[in-house]
Amino acid sequence: MRLRAEELVVGFDGTAALAGASLDVAAGETLALLGPSGCGKSTLLRAIAGLQRLDGGRVLLDGRDLGGTPPHRRGIGLMFQEHALFPHRDVAGNVGFGLRMAGTPRAEIARSVVELLGLVGLDGMGKRSVETLSGGEQQRVALARALAPGPPVLLLDEPLGSLDRPLHDRLLDELGEVFRRLQQTVLYVTHDVAEAFALGDRVAVMRAGRIVQTATPNELWSRPANGWVARFLGLANVEPLGESVRITRPEAIGVERSPAGEATVIRAERSGAVVTLTLRDSAGRELEAVVAGVNVPAPGDRVALRIDPAGVVFVPAGD
Amino acid sequence: MDVDRAPLGRLQLAAAAAIPIAFLAIFFVYPLATIVGRGLAESGSSTFATGETLRIAWFTTWQAALSTALTLAVGLPLAWVVGRFAFRGRSLVLALVLVPFVLPTLVVATAFVAVLPGRLDRSVPAILLAHAFFNVAVVVRVVGGYWAGLGRTTEAAATVLGAGPWRRLREVTLPQLAPALAAASALTFLFSFTSFGVVVVLGGPRIATLETEIYSQAARLFDLRTAAVLSLVQLGAVAAIVVVASRLEGRLLGGRSSETARRVLRRPRGRERWLVGSVLGSSAVLLGLPLAALIRRSLSTPTGIGLDHYRVLRRETSILLVTPLEAAANSLLFATLATGLALAVGGLLALALARLRPGWLDALVLLPLGGSAVMLGFGFVIAFDEPPLELRGSALLVPVAQALVAAPFVFRIVAPAIRSVRVELREAAALLGGSPLRVRREIDLPLVARALGGAAGFAFAIALGEFGATIFVAQADRPTLPVAIFRFLGRPGAENQGSAAALAVVLALLAAAAALVAERAGGRRSPL
Repeated sequence: MRLRAEELVVGFDGTAALAGASLDVAAGETLALLGPSGCGKSTLLRAIAGLQRLDGGRVLLDGRDLGGTPPHRRGIGLMFQEHALFPHRDVAGNVGFGLRMAGTPRAEIARSVVELLGLVGLDGMGKRSVETLSGGEQQRVALARALAPGPPVLLLDEPLGSLDRPLHDRLLDELGEVFRRLQQTVLYVTHDVAEAFALGDRVAVMRAGRIVQTATPNELWSRPANGWVARFLGLANVEPLGESVRITRPEAIGVERSPAGEATVIRAERSGAVVTLTLRDSAGRELEAVVAGVNVPAPGDRVALRIDPAGVVFVPAGD
Repeated sequence: MDVDRAPLGRLQLAAAAAIPIAFLAIFFVYPLATIVGRGLAESGSSTFATGETLRIAWFTTWQAALSTALTLAVGLPLAWVVGRFAFRGRSLVLALVLVPFVLPTLVVATAFVAVLPGRLDRSVPAILLAHAFFNVAVVVRVVGGYWAGLGRTTEAAATVLGAGPWRRLREVTLPQLAPALAAASALTFLFSFTSFGVVVVLGGPRIATLETEIYSQAARLFDLRTAAVLSLVQLGAVAAIVVVASRLEGRLLGGRSSETARRVLRRPRGRERWLVGSVLGSSAVLLGLPLAALIRRSLSTPTGIGLDHYRVLRRETSILLVTPLEAAANSLLFATLATGLALAVGGLLALALARLRPGWLDALVLLPLGGSAVMLGFGFVIAFDEPPLELRGSALLVPVAQALVAAPFVFRIVAPAIRSVRVELREAAALLGGSPLRVRREIDLPLVARALGGAAGFAFAIALGEFGATIFVAQADRPTLPVAIFRFLGRPGAENQGSAAALAVVLALLAAAAALVAERAGGRRSPL
């Protein structure tokens, strides 16, 4: 189903948590909602789910206005940041909860639970108490529980937030796999750029209660809407030029060792196959460049620069 | 369209609050107001000297202070053991230490009469020891629980920075424990200040606190004016202590976390094993000795060990008018009714007040808890003696009084349970298709039910042992077990003392069983 949020406004004590935020998620699409903490991501999610009263705007599901529809009748699933598993029910009781609410026959619930536990890799753990599960297992139960009633739209609020790195990376892959397989409409909230790029068919960047830009990860990376988005995404070489900024993508800077070169290498940091070089040119401005391989310049080397014009964009400053 | 932040809507909340508030207004505020009114009216005309009142108030204060110091001395080593170490039987220790606290005061008093040598059994030291015995649970559970949540990192940091064991204790551990020490001390002081059964038995005829003097004046000398004036003093003092105690207790909230506790506790090693062992051993002796002496006395007959004293259960005597077995039946019946009432009042109040921040409110709820059962009983006598509410002689006053004493415990167990039901659980259930009514049934009710079960057990144990209020309102031909024990203790002779001990053993078993079942059922939620 297609999910639309139009000009949503929510105010808390005189300050606007949402100041006219709009979203459009196509049926079967995964949209990652990316923004720094406190920008209103969670409020937007709660407003769509019906947990947060709107002061303006409307939420549409396949063109139908959801205003006046209580949360339990919206057909929207939400996976909570802290999972919110029911401590008094075992794993199967948690996963089957939504089906039970829908009046599904017991035998069918049992069958679905087994199937879902298989999907999230928790085969045979239905009888376990949720309080004895590890963080990663709890996260999977929460996912299975949100998926169980087959909500046409699934919202996820930083579901990987509290996990340690290796587990985080593994579950990230698995989530992407599940979304692709189920063809569900997904809105995925995160403050982590890598997570958003990994999962989102498109990414909506949010700032101070508004959506600043919605685009595919590639479009975002090659043409951020403004200097703030560029910096938030972690783009290097964002230089203010009056009302606008100039962005030089690091991989568009060719670097060659040359005693007569115009720049000096200050730092070289290896991360896997690539090395990020910090350079200072004769004008004293610092640039980052990315080179691959093992025979790369070291700190102190003089280098000549060749900048590919296609890797340079000018966008509004945005501050 | 928001999902409710609290388990009930506004209207339902008002309805839920109305019942306990009406009950408290009639059976708590009205009797107290009657006392205050009578006290103020008579304060000029009382024949009781002001100097005498001051002397009693002073004694009440310093015996409570000394009792608190003694309780800390006995309880802190045990708090250290359960707050720092994991060992087999730790949860059993935590459960057992609660037994003295839920033991009826008359049982504790009888046990100390049995354990102390003849010349000491009616003296101030006897009172102090009994108070320490009674309140050790407060120190162990409040301080030990808090200690377990502190973590070892700061102590480790101090060690690395070169602090020896004593400096570490003085400059790192004790300052961090201060809130828990203060709260435990304040509660112990409050309980010792208003203690009745222990003082009236172990104090003998000459030693009096405010609480026992109110009883003597009202019930023995029928000087209601003086009793009312003394009650005014007691009310003021208790209100002040309650405010301080609840403030100190409020500061503890948030300091405890069972999650970190599991990681902090470790097995004792090396010399620690000796220390832990000897603390556990000596505590077991200290706490077990009075109970062992009580059992011994109940079994010792002129011809050796025997069950003679237990035969008194079925015998009608002039002391009691009925058989002690009937007194036990009365106790069970009254305690059952009182438990129902206390659950309704304390539970509904918790439900209604759950969305408010804990704090000054808990002081209000602590008031009847520390607020002197004797005053409650006395208030019943003078308030319900005349229209508009002439209930004198009604047997129902007994469970009502016991419920008032037990309800604060119910509140203190149930309110945190209700508060701990996180909003997200309700929201998650709603988004999975649960209607608001369904969410309440599927989420709130089961999560609070366990706490309610625990609260019921504690309320039952407290109602069984309630003495200060019951002694005023129990009819002569319908005594409860504590009243029966008191009557036997008041008569001279080994025969009567033995009978009292036997009845105390029976009462202790009933109360301890109820409390232990409650501790299990309540998922470790207890009023301390």
